[in-house]
Amino acid sequence: MRRAYSDFMKALNDGKFVFTGEIEPKKTTKLEGIIEAAKVLKNHVVACNVTDNPRARAYLSSLVASYVIQRDVGLETICHITVRDRNRLALISDLLGASALGIKNVLVISGDHTTGGDNPGAMPVYDLDSTQFVQMVRGMVDKGIDLNGNPIDGMVKLHVGVVGNPNADPLEVELCKVERKIDAGAEFIQTQIVFDVEKAKRFVKELNSSVPVLIGIFPCKSHRIAEFIANKIPGISVPKEYIEGLKSAGASGNGSEIINKIDMVNVEYFSTLIKELRRTTKTAGIHIMTMGYESIVGKITDRALDGTSR
Amino acid sequence: MIITKSKPKEAVLRSLEDHERVFIVGCGTCATLCQTGGEEQVNEMANILGKKACGKVVVETPCDIRILRRDLSSHSNIIAASDAILALCCGSGAQAIGEFTDKIVIPGLDTLFVGETERIGRFYERCRACGECIIHETGGICPIVRCAKGLLNGPCGGMANGKCEAGGHVRDCAWVLIYKRLEGQGMVEKFKEIRKVRDRSKKAEPQELKTR
Ligand code: SF4
Ligand code: SF4
Repeated sequence: MRRAYSDFMKALNDGKFVFTGEIEPKKTTKLEGIIEAAKVLKNHVVACNVTDNPRARAYLSSLVASYVIQRDVGLETICHITVRDRNRLALISDLLGASALGIKNVLVISGDHTTGGDNPGAMPVYDLDSTQFVQMVRGMVDKGIDLNGNPIDGMVKLHVGVVGNPNADPLEVELCKVERKIDAGAEFIQTQIVFDVEKAKRFVKELNSSVPVLIGIFPCKSHRIAEFIANKIPGISVPKEYIEGLKSAGASGNGSEIINKIDMVNVEYFSTLIKELRRTTKTAGIHIMTMGYESIVGKITDRALDGTSR
Repeated sequence: MIITKSKPKEAVLRSLEDHERVFIVGCGTCATLCQTGGEEQVNEMANILGKKACGKVVVETPCDIRILRRDLSSHSNIIAASDAILALCCGSGAQAIGEFTDKIVIPGLDTLFVGETERIGRFYERCRACGECIIHETGGICPIVRCAKGLLNGPCGGMANGKCEAGGHVRDCAWVLIYKRLEGQGMVEKFKEIRKVRDRSKKAEPQELKTR
């Protein structure tokens, strides 16, 4: 086992059941939003992911946001780095910068294609792919050299994680790809969001990963969001019972009653899913994406853990 | 083959606005097969330009200076008296024409890609001339071109139901195609290998090949 530089990695190495959250910086120069979100997450997750130009939209830098969240809120971050927007020179320099600023975890993302983003005329870079990025980080952390073998002054103290997709069809192709990334030296896996517990179970079992796998979930604030995911995002299936539950929760009552009922549906649905995964698979933790619905995180983690220890 | 597409007529006319006498050069090879710079398209362009068109010729391969010399020689006086040449060929041909004649060259086509022909009017990009062919590692399918992200260790997370995220899940994901091809050839192990980073310096500067 490699040495753990981060609390996140320590918790995983200790065999704790780990929760991570996610914060999305926007097209803004204001930091209040991410700081507030991080404060809400702080006591419920070991670390929070910070997205890097998600859906190919040009937003405030993930590196800057990660640094500010760690400095001002004291919440450890997992800084996303996409290979879409930077060539190897820029990737190396961001990794050096991240390590210098005390960021200890990075998650490499291929990045949604530029043509679907908010500046579709952009040049997609992809100088390295995510597997090659992992290999590069291994050289930097384990040997103190950059991609071309040039020595680095000072230690690079970073853990590198990758993404897997339990919804992928054909799944065997996805599994081969994730295995490659593990072979390259990835230290943890966080998955694309899953609603169907059977898909998550199958992924964890068939991958039989030698590194920890955190399954991604996304509690929806309304049935409309759940329906959007079910209908508009190819490959992700959302069980009908869940959508119906959200729908009836939102059908009557005043604002705060509705919020409470929606919360209850999410807490019930996802804590059951989490418990099932813990009971039947070697899932190492849960990655909770919220997009503005941070208040649900503590409620889900509390319920998922009641009667058990982390 | 080099696949080309005609620029919109209005755009071509606009680029020719300031020129009185225009000589049209077509291509007898790729642009003829693409129906963008053959006899028919050269004649059609001459009709559109009317009096402006001072002459025309389809050069067998305008990207080859030797063939240009041969095929343009009988037109040298008209070309010398023209204001500009309208090139109905790929960008390489258009530049060779400019280099050879020293005339203002207006491109009449957009050069799209190195492609495979299914039938006339159906062309698919298959090679980006990357300088180091690796398709023996990928089941004979080029990931540089056919994966929208040019990944060497795909598929990416955007693949759904075997289709590619880019363009909205219409095209097949190259990495699923590669998997299936290798699986059919009993070579899935090849798929699982990690393909190393590419040496991009091969394409970082203008390429020249001088073997003699
Ligand atoms: S790998 Fe692809 S782009 Fe490179 S030479 Fe071969 S076919 Fe062309
Ligand atoms: S879906 Fe497949 S072809 Fe499209 S970018 Fe991803 S890996 Fe490449």
